[in-house]
Formats: sequence, structure tokens, C-alpha cells
Amino acid sequence: MSKFTSAWALGLLAAASFTAPAAYAETPKDTLVIAAAIDDIVSLDPAEAFEFSGGDLLGNTYDNLVTFDPKNLSAGYIPGLAESWTVSEDGKTFTFTMREGVTFNSGNPVTAEDAAFSLRRAVLLKQTPSFILTQFGFTEENINDTIKATDAKTLVITTDKKYATSFVLNCLSATIGGIVDKTVAMENEKDGDMGHEWLKTNTAGSGAYVLKSWKPNESYVLDANAGYWRGAPDMKRVFVRHISESASQRLLLEKGDIDVARNLSPEDIAAVTANGDLRVDEDLRGRIVYMSLNQKKAPLNDPKVIEAFKWAIDYTGMTETIVRGQYTVHQAFLPLTYLGELKDKPYKLDIAKAKALLAEAGHADDLTVKINVRNEAAYMAIAQAIQGSLTEAGIKVELTPMTGKQSLTEYRAREHDIYLGAWGPDYPDPHTNADTFADNPNNSDEAKLTGKLAWRNAWDIPEMSKETQAAVQESDRDVRAEMYRTIQKEHQMTSPFVPMFQKIEQTGLRKNVEGLVTGSAISSVYYWTVTK
Amino acid sequence: MSLNGSTARGRRAWLSSRSGAFKTARLLLSLAVTMLGLLMITFVIGRVMPIDPVLSVVGERASNEVYEATRKAMGLDQPIIIQFFNYIREVLTGNFGKSLLTSRPVIEDIARVFPATLELATVATILGVFFGVPAGVIAAVNQGRWPDQIVRLIGLFGYSMPIFWLGLMGLLIFYGKLDWVAGPGRLDIFFEGIVPQVTGVILIDSLLAGEPEIFWNALSHIILPASVLGYYSLAYISRMTRSFMLEQLAQEYMTTARVKGLSELAVIWRHALGNVMVPLVTVIALSYANLLEGSVLTEIVFAWPGIGFYITNALLAADMNAVLGGTVVVGLVFVGLNLLSDLLYRVFDPRARSGEE
Repeated sequence: MSKFTSAWALGLLAAASFTAPAAYAETPKDTLVIAAAIDDIVSLDPAEAFEFSGGDLLGNTYDNLVTFDPKNLSAGYIPGLAESWTVSEDGKTFTFTMREGVTFNSGNPVTAEDAAFSLRRAVLLKQTPSFILTQFGFTEENINDTIKATDAKTLVITTDKKYATSFVLNCLSATIGGIVDKTVAMENEKDGDMGHEWLKTNTAGSGAYVLKSWKPNESYVLDANAGYWRGAPDMKRVFVRHISESASQRLLLEKGDIDVARNLSPEDIAAVTANGDLRVDEDLRGRIVYMSLNQKKAPLNDPKVIEAFKWAIDYTGMTETIVRGQYTVHQAFLPLTYLGELKDKPYKLDIAKAKALLAEAGHADDLTVKINVRNEAAYMAIAQAIQGSLTEAGIKVELTPMTGKQSLTEYRAREHDIYLGAWGPDYPDPHTNADTFADNPNNSDEAKLTGKLAWRNAWDIPEMSKETQAAVQESDRDVRAEMYRTIQKEHQMTSPFVPMFQKIEQTGLRKNVEGLVTGSAISSVYYWTVTK
Repeated sequence: MSLNGSTARGRRAWLSSRSGAFKTARLLLSLAVTMLGLLMITFVIGRVMPIDPVLSVVGERASNEVYEATRKAMGLDQPIIIQFFNYIREVLTGNFGKSLLTSRPVIEDIARVFPATLELATVATILGVFFGVPAGVIAAVNQGRWPDQIVRLIGLFGYSMPIFWLGLMGLLIFYGKLDWVAGPGRLDIFFEGIVPQVTGVILIDSLLAGEPEIFWNALSHIILPASVLGYYSLAYISRMTRSFMLEQLAQEYMTTARVKGLSELAVIWRHALGNVMVPLVTVIALSYANLLEGSVLTEIVFAWPGIGFYITNALLAADMNAVLGGTVVVGLVFVGLNLLSDLLYRVFDPRARSGEE
């Protein structure tokens, strides 16, 4: 017995002696290592990708005709692969002149033909983000006439009617406007798919980085494009590893095994802030957290009841506690930093006022509502806080936690009572949110305008829809901005939407990492600006 | 007599080979029925879940036109029974379809995630057995005394601590403070992609490629998550070993062995433990199979890209091809381990060796 015990102890000792070789104190100087939740990447085809992490990856591997200056994002669009452009007098024809001497990662030159091919295929493939382009009237039938290369340097785009120039150019700067290497895409074409299947898992762009590998839910690796036309990136290689757990990200950051942690919880952010080797950068993102009341469900369609909800929410209370550092109070549908942003915050917690409104509506104590909410910590915390204040106002609330996909299914079918969720802009133009929050040209069930939040909540707004449509055609930038402000003010007063917060992204970094731009509300992350 | 004897032997051999073939056929049939049933149940659950798989593909913003086109392309406009038969037909030709979430063939995904789980579960089970069985034996031998109490306490702790917490604490102490092991992930990121994938098990692939540095790195990455998972196996295995041993120790043959003058070591470790091996093998196989399903929480804390996370993620997004493919793998693992424990029975228990003389 004792013999065995000692043999066993010896084995135990042997097992314990498997210690790690010394970990890297810090990552190499020309390498950027990032921990982020990247399990939302579904496809790498610019014609299809529509998720945050996908946008981050593609923003660094593809270029657009129009782009942004990462050091001055608020200045708006600047020339990208198109060196310059002109707009015809009727405002419908855009003529782009391509930048010379730019090549794709394959070595092929970037031509107007590639640009025409990329935009056409985005329309023809009819993937989810295709509406960003088809809203200009491009269809399968007219695409060869409306988007064409007249020579290697000249691309001509003709829209179906006059739109604000800023609207068209902003849309071209979205992920779907990424210019694809036509030759490479067509070499990998299968059954006339214009390389779609291949491009789902590969890239063929001219961006600052080339995709070296992508393992779904695991990692992706980018290699620098030494000949990048905006200057060779300092970071020769970028590793992005999927780590969803905040505490794990923080440990890795503290140990110096990663340079950047992108999904830290408020507790971990506090710890990172207190650590002298690390720092936290804040950036205002486009996501708006809102609550909406289904207008099919009485009495949620009573204006007094709607207003009561708006007064029964503790906006600042939440940003000071449960979502501190993650969200800022914002009560309009356009994110701050967007053209036409509205800073007014007319609502605050006022239980007495909410109660009075409910009493006027004849629902002093008898209102019971169901709130559908995503089963994620931040949303659940917000939902519970709302449940608390609504209860004080005399509204009984049942919370229904659901997976994201589940709640969406019910939402799109207009079956919810109240939906608590978030909306992120699709492209860096105010129309992206105005179109969904303030436009519903046909409120019938048959119309199935499932992409519009106004329709999903059965909010019938023929007049406001007209105003929204007018704003998108206004060429004068200042007038256009004012139009959006007017719409938002009316929206704040009358809509069944309760916008509450705008997202703040907090990124934990090692002190030596400089120049990482996470993209604000209008763009995605830039790796090529990083130095160490 | 001799002639009769040889005829009898021949017939026995023929009967035995025939019964062997019969057994194999029966086994295959039951395997096929089990897998079909498993697939059918998973398929039905997947279709009645209130999650729309089309939305997983097209996203929240899709127009109705895009939505309908995708729904049709996915075959979801067909009756569910037709969908199921279409799926089975494809599976029989070796095509498990593509995952909606990764845009890759499910087979390729599973070939990537399953070895990660296999590696983790195997090391965890080895640790669990290495520490759990002796702990159980020691506890049984010292029933009611302090070694027994300690083992039970350790087991209780292992049973009641949330694995998520245990993993994070392990990381904080052994990676964060003591620097004994590497952090989350299967390898330091700089080593990724260097070793060519042969088995998918990095500990093996790195040795095959002659990369000892990567082997040690992989080992220092796996040791912590495997210990956390192994701790759970240990708790279960030691408890079961203890109760099996107590039963054996009370048997009369133990007294006989001692009276015969065998050493205490031989009595306990050879005779008693030898007899415990049969039920213990089933316990170990079951615990191994459980780990092979993947442990989602451990995988999340340790950023371990295993099958648990893959299937869970797929299920939440109604990515049914991936879920069904994963189910087939997990089903096969269970069936395979059951077969293996049957075989091991025969090794450990002479009475189970039928057909042998």
C-alpha cells in the first residue's frame, strides 16, 4: 500500500512538472494580436457580409470607391479607389475616375471594369445587403446600362431618380461597395455565381491586408499588403482570436499575450483602467438600444399609454449603473455623429407623470405587457430595470427572454407586444435609420416590409414616410440635416419607439498600441493605422 | 471418435462464424436504426423550434424577396417529411451539407472542431482515471477515516463548483499569477498554422511534424482545461470506484486471499480492483463520452474551439445541417464507446468471453 502510494505520488509530481515554457512578455513589435468575439462572421463576400466582425475583416482587405480618413472620420467621405468624381446636373449620373497605379493583392491592376463588376454582382447576387445598392433603382434588367465602365479609368453610375449626392456616396462606402478583383473572382466561378461560393471563405481585394487564414469561431490572420496605396502598414501581421469571455480577454491582456481586447465587461474595464500597463479607449458606435410597442396590440396604440412608457424609464439611472461606460443616453433614432443628429433628450424618469397619463387613458392599474428581450446579460439587465420602473408606474411586465433569432422571428411576424432590442445603422448615411424608424409606406400585413421597424410595429405613418422620402433627395447638406432633425423631433413625440441609449465601445489596449481606430458609428476597425 | 470430434469442431466453428456474422449484421442494423432515430428526433426538434433558420442566413435586414428566395434555396418550402428524406438521401451519399454559420461543409467543420474536443476529453479522462481510481480505492480501504473524508470532500467540491468559475479561477491562479501554464486557446497564436493538420489533435500532429516546441506549447495550453474537466471526471470516477470497492472488500474471497497469505497490496490492488474493473470500465466510458460531447462552458472560458460550442452555436441559430452533423458524431461516439466497453468487458471478465474454451 505504501509502495503504491509513493509511486502514485511520484506520478502526480511528474504530471505537475509539465509547466509551460515562459510565456511571451509582449507580442512582437510588428504584430498585432486582438481578442474579440468573432463568431458572428458568416461570409467574407462583400456582397453578403453584414455583421460587425465581417465588416471589420473586409474593411481591412477591400477598398471602396469612396472611403474615410480614419484620423478624421467626422469629415465624412473622401476619395478612395476613385480619385475623383463628377455629378451630372440632373443629379442622376455619377462619373468616377479611378486612381492609377493601384493593384489588387493578386497583382492585377484595379480598373473601372473591376468596380463595375463588383457593384453589379452585389446587385445580381441579391444577398441581404444588396438593398443598399438596389435602393438607387439598379435591377437585374438595367444593371448593364446603369453601372458601366466606359474605359479602364472611368466608371459611370446612373440612378433612377435624383438622390442626395452624400446619400449615394455614403452608400458606396459601405462594406457592400468593396471592389473585388474580377479576374480572381471569375477564375473561381461555379455555376454562374460570380465567385460567390469561393469568396465566402476567401478574399480578393486591394486592401491594406490579405487574408491568410480564417477558422470560423476560432481565429483569422491577416498579412500586410506591403504595396498598399495608402502606405505600407506597420503591423505586418494581425491575429484576431475568437475569445468571447471577457475575463479571459482581460487575463490575456494583462499578461501581454494580446495587444487589444475588444469585448470587456464594465468590471474588467475598471480593472484595465487601473492597470498602469494598459489603457481604455472609448468610441461612440452606431447601435441604438430601443423599446417599441406593437401598434396592433391595444391599448399599446393609445398615444397616452405610449407617452406613459417614455416617462417610466430610468434612462440616466441605467447609464450610471448597469450599463455604465457601455451606453450613453440618447433619445433619437439617428446615432450621434450622423448627419442630422439630434441631441434633445425630452424624457426622464417621472413616475407621477406616467401614472397620470395611464389614468387618463383609463389604464391606471390594469395594464399587463409582455416584453421580448434577448437572453444576453446587457439586454436582460436593461429589461429588468425597465420592468422595475414600469411596475412602479402600475404596469405589470412579463419578461420573455429569447435567443436573438427567436425574438426576431416573432418581431418580423408582428406578433410581439413590446420588443426590447438594438438597431445598428447599415451604412453611414442618415437614411439608413430614417428608412427603418420613420418610413412605412404600406402598413398592411401583405406588404411584408419586414426590413422596416415602423412596419414591424405596425405604425401607420403616411405623412412622415413622405417627409423621409423627401429628405433623401435633398442635395443641400444643411437643409437635409435640418429635415432629419424635424422628423426626429416629431418621432420623439409621437412614435411607439422609445430610443434609450447609444453604444459606447470600450477597448482595452496595451499602453504601447497607438492609432487603433474602431470606426465610430460610420465605419469599421482600421488595423493599418496601428503602430507599436 | 476422432472423426466425430473433428466434425463437431467443424460445426462449432461454422456455427460460431455464422453467429459472428449474424452478430455483426445485428449490430450494424441496430446502429443504423439508432442513428436514424437520433437524426429524426433532432431533425424534428430543429424544425419545431421557434427559430427561423432563414433569418440566420439572411439576417435581420433582409427584404422579403431575399428571404423567400433563400427559404426556397434551403428547401424549407417543402413539407417537413420530404425535407427529412432529402436530408437522409444526401447523408447517405456522404453529404452533410453546408453550415449556415461558417459557409463551409459540415464535414470540414467537424473535422476541425471534433479533434479539439477529442484531445481535451482524452487528456481530461486520463487525468480523471489516474487520480480518480486510486483516490476511490484509498477511500474505500480507509472507509470512514480521514483519507475517505478527504476524497469525499474533494469529490463533493468537484461536483458542486460551477465549471465556469473553476475554469476562470484556474486561469487566474495558474496562468495569471503563477505563470505555470499557457492561457486560453489551443496554441500560442504565433504557432497557429505551422503544423500541418494530420489528425487534428495538436499533441500528435506536432510530434509527427517534429516540432517539440509546439508540442510543449500545446501541452501547456491543454493541461489547465483538461484538469478542470478531469476534476469533474475524477469526482465521479472516485465516488463510483469507492462504492464498487466497498462491495468487493466485503466479499468472502477477500478473507480467503488474506488467509492464503497474500500481501495487502495484492489483495486490494490485484484481486479487489481486478473485479471492480468491469463496472468501472462502463463508468469511465460514460464519463469519457460525456466529455466528448463537448463542454460548452469550458470551451468558452478557455477559447477552446470544440464541438460543444459548435453545436450549441448552431442550435441557437437553427443551423440544422451543423446540428445534425454534430449529432451524428456524438451519436457515433456513444455507440463506439459502448462497443469498446463491451470489448473491454471480455478482456477483464473471463466469463464474458463466449465461444472461447
